[in-house]
Amino acid sequence: MSALLSVDDLSVTFGHGADAVQAVRGIAFAVAEGESFGIVGESGSGKSTVLRAICGLAPVSGGRIALDGAAIPAPRRADFYRRVQMVFQDPYASLHPRHTIDRVLSEPLAIHGFGARGARVEAALEDVGLGHGFRFRYPHQLSGGQRQRVAIARALILEPKILLLDEPTSALDASIQAEVLNLLDRLRAERGLTYVLVSHDLAVVAHMCERLAVMQNGRVVEELTRDALRGHAAEQDYTRTLLRASEGFRKDGAT
Amino acid sequence: MSAILEVENLRVAYPSRQGPVEVVRGVSFALGRERLGIVGESGSGKSQTGRAILGLTAAGGRVTADRLHFDGIDLRGASPRIWRQLRGRRMSMVMQDPKFSLNPVMTIGRQIVEAGRRGGVSRRDAKARALEMLEAVQIRDPGRVFDAYPHELSGGMGQRAMIAMMLVGRPDLLIADEPTSALDVTVQLEVLGILDDLVRDRGMGLVFISHDLRLVSTFCDRVLVMYAGRVVEEIAAADLDRATHPYTRGLLNCLPRIDAEARPLPTLERDADWAR
Amino acid sequence: MSAAATPSRRDWLLADRPASPAQARLGQAYRTWLAFRANRLAMVGLAIVAALVGMALFADLIAPFDPLRGGDLRTARLLPPSWTHPMGTDDQARDIFSRVVHGSRLTLLVVTLVAVIATPIGLVIGTCAGYFGGWVDTVLMRVTDIFLAFPRLILALAFVAALGPGIENAVIAIAITSWPPYARLARAETLTIRDQDYIAAIRLQGASSPRIIWGHVVPLCLSSVIVRVTLDMAGIILTAAGLGFLGLGAQPPQPEWGAMIASGRRFLIDFWWVATMPGIAIFVVSLGFNLLGDGLRDVLDPKAAS
Repeated sequence: MSALLSVDDLSVTFGHGADAVQAVRGIAFAVAEGESFGIVGESGSGKSTVLRAICGLAPVSGGRIALDGAAIPAPRRADFYRRVQMVFQDPYASLHPRHTIDRVLSEPLAIHGFGARGARVEAALEDVGLGHGFRFRYPHQLSGGQRQRVAIARALILEPKILLLDEPTSALDASIQAEVLNLLDRLRAERGLTYVLVSHDLAVVAHMCERLAVMQNGRVVEELTRDALRGHAAEQDYTRTLLRASEGFRKDGAT
Repeated sequence: MSAILEVENLRVAYPSRQGPVEVVRGVSFALGRERLGIVGESGSGKSQTGRAILGLTAAGGRVTADRLHFDGIDLRGASPRIWRQLRGRRMSMVMQDPKFSLNPVMTIGRQIVEAGRRGGVSRRDAKARALEMLEAVQIRDPGRVFDAYPHELSGGMGQRAMIAMMLVGRPDLLIADEPTSALDVTVQLEVLGILDDLVRDRGMGLVFISHDLRLVSTFCDRVLVMYAGRVVEEIAAADLDRATHPYTRGLLNCLPRIDAEARPLPTLERDADWAR
Repeated sequence: MSAAATPSRRDWLLADRPASPAQARLGQAYRTWLAFRANRLAMVGLAIVAALVGMALFADLIAPFDPLRGGDLRTARLLPPSWTHPMGTDDQARDIFSRVVHGSRLTLLVVTLVAVIATPIGLVIGTCAGYFGGWVDTVLMRVTDIFLAFPRLILALAFVAALGPGIENAVIAIAITSWPPYARLARAETLTIRDQDYIAAIRLQGASSPRIIWGHVVPLCLSSVIVRVTLDMAGIILTAAGLGFLGLGAQPPQPEWGAMIASGRRFLIDFWWVATMPGIAIFVVSLGFNLLGDGLRDVLDPKAAS
């Protein structure tokens, strides 16, 4: 299979011995180049841990993660970070409070020895819909939506192929969420990016991803396509519960 | 329907270096024994409205209103004694995160008993009522939760315990500020179901503050949409599809839907006139 | 920028969209200064510390007499405060005011040296222990505990006894006993910073550990450590004075405040000003550092502010 990113029988365990907590219990999925793959689940389902494990931020206790068919070495090498980048959930926590936007964006360029940093930073800000007037601001001078745009610009500045999105809009207001989702959509189309998007919001995943996996208690309960989801062709009870819940409250109390 | 809460021209201002900044600018509404939703984005003043009604505005904030009556009692300039009599017994508030509202070193049961014991109820009766309350919020094993500390409970359990604590005094008015935002969707609906029963069975008035227009529209009877400290639209939840204000329409449209494709999603073009 | 137009300079500093890194940084500093200026007590502290620095810099101009050589021993000994001698004279007929003014140099020297030596040691050890965790943390923190277990004055005494009395040895002794609290503070801060998303983000950009510690962790620990150091200054001054008092710090005839009190205590009953004047100086400067530290904490430490 010509998957760009594949995860096979992945397990993640935090802690040791009696305190060990298995956050991910043997999950598998594959994402083709240019595809957008979603992972839906409630808190504690292990969905974010999967992304962190791919990046080397969570301790993998079993299984295989492969990029272009080759297992990713641990610890990650510099070239991995130029191919895979991540956007975090909380834009208020993911930008260094004492660094200007310019520093946030030019530091990865410096680490990887890119030239023409100033021009690249300006272009990156332009790409995410922020003018160059934002370049020398501090994060606290920005709104949540603007911060998340900066975080997206930071993830894209090394020109990666794969973007891991960990609840990229759940900390934002609905109207800002729409803007950020549109931005992500446009960037993917323009650059042929591959997305793995994690969210608790079924509607966001259905909007952004062609294929999705539903996770519960560290396992994938069901994998289905967007069309199957729209056609209410979910096979598992849990998926159907999530679908129903996403429609809002019902007076008859049936949840 | 007689109103239990009347608010007229409520204003909340905070001082800043550039002079006072009004975060709530002339909000008026009347609440009967119904579910009223207040919807808005962050910074719209929705939470400040809720806190001002309960006299919980943070230090430095200045609250003014032409009328702020709870069941005939003027809340403007109410003495600490009156607030003590009202809060917890006749009016209560459920906050977003139970972690910050429950005392971490006291068992859940003791906190509920304390909340329900004002006014000469015996310890045994108070305990019985606390257990009854825990049962009412659909906690399956009330005895265990009664003796548990807050950190031993999951988010959903903690929020239910919180609601039990707020309702044990049988208040006439409950202000719920994003009571379910920290919860998973499936748990969220269960908690809403509990609130719904309480409004129906006890004739309680509920102010439900949320950023989630879709959720509010399915749960509440009436919705106030707030923008920049003002109510821009008041509408019956059932008529939300016929909302006239562009902000309300924008909020509804910008949400992605499972069954419909909209690409790109319609975004909200803010109009400076809305805030005027 | 138009020259000398104050409002426009202020606008430039408070610009929403700074055009250069320097403007951004200066603007940030100016905002901090505005917040700091609003705190009246902190301004008093700053004024005291500034006065100390000014006194040390211009001691030769301020002091009316030579601090080391006294006047006529027959007529000018132990004179009470007067217009010629605002703080009186001591038993060597030296003008106490001049000695106090010159003593500020020694005080400032001690304070600066201790800050310059102890702060970096504490920061490096604390941030490394916190960031790496595991055995690095264990080893570094046990070393810190060992240093922390020594009573400061006793260690300083032993140190001075071994190396011989003198202000330099006193400084070294104080410095090596004062870094452990900074290391602990920096470690505690680092433990929370380490798990933040912005650290995960920079790790995902391929940054090395030294780069992360130096460029991302240290700037965030720095403010609380600076606050702590400022608040500790009072204690450091008192320790230095104590060593001077015991005869192990600055040696006579150096006008060190602690040593001055020691020599004045013999006539405390009859000639109270000899010991009291340097005592007041120590008190005022300690208070100044404490007020300044409190003010800095309000401005720099986001936890205390919110």
